Amino acid sequence: MDVDLIFKIAGMGMVVAVLHIVLSKAGKEEYAYLTTLVGIVIVLGIVINLVSSLFNNVKVLFRLY
Amino acid sequence: MEIFQIIGIGIIATILIVILKSVRSDFAIYVSIVTGIIIFSMVIHHLSYVIDTIRDLSRRANLEITYFSTILKIIGTAYIVEFGSQISRDAGQNSIAMKIELAGKIIIMTLAIPILMSLMDLIIKIMP
Repeated sequence: MDVDLIFKIAGMGMVVAVLHIVLSKAGKEEYAYLTTLVGIVIVLGIVINLVSSLFNNVKVLFRLY
Repeated sequence: MEIFQIIGIGIIATILIVILKSVRSDFAIYVSIVTGIIIFSMVIHHLSYVIDTIRDLSRRANLEITYFSTILKIIGTAYIVEFGSQISRDAGQNSIAMKIELAGKIIIMTLAIPILMSLMDLIIKIMP
């Protein structure tokens, strides 16, 4: 498995946090919330694939059909 | 040695989660989920080797294969339930974690009922 995914998600979180702070300091509250939402959805898309592959692995390993 | 890699991944992920929790706590949950999946997928080969060996042993000892597959199913269900409930508990949702565990216990109970019934049959057969 690729360990890069951990760093990718953590970096994404930091970038989203910085964008949220900058946008809310600039007075664009609605864009700040939109940025956070988009970041969460992108990371959720990555994580959902991984969780489904984990479930498939466990199903094959423990014969959970 | 693979264990040093796993410990390193765990420590780095812990540091990242501690950093992320103060700025955005929702991304910390994602990092913990991904870390759990990566660590499990690193040991999955060893686990499959162990399971193949135990299956081979049970075949050689002429044990009934249904009992072994039931035990295997119970172990898999318990692992997946523990994974899900720990994620919910990390996110601070204790009630959801309790409900996942309850569902897992009920499913394990239904998986174990055939073994219980065969035990009962054996007891009835032994009794005069």
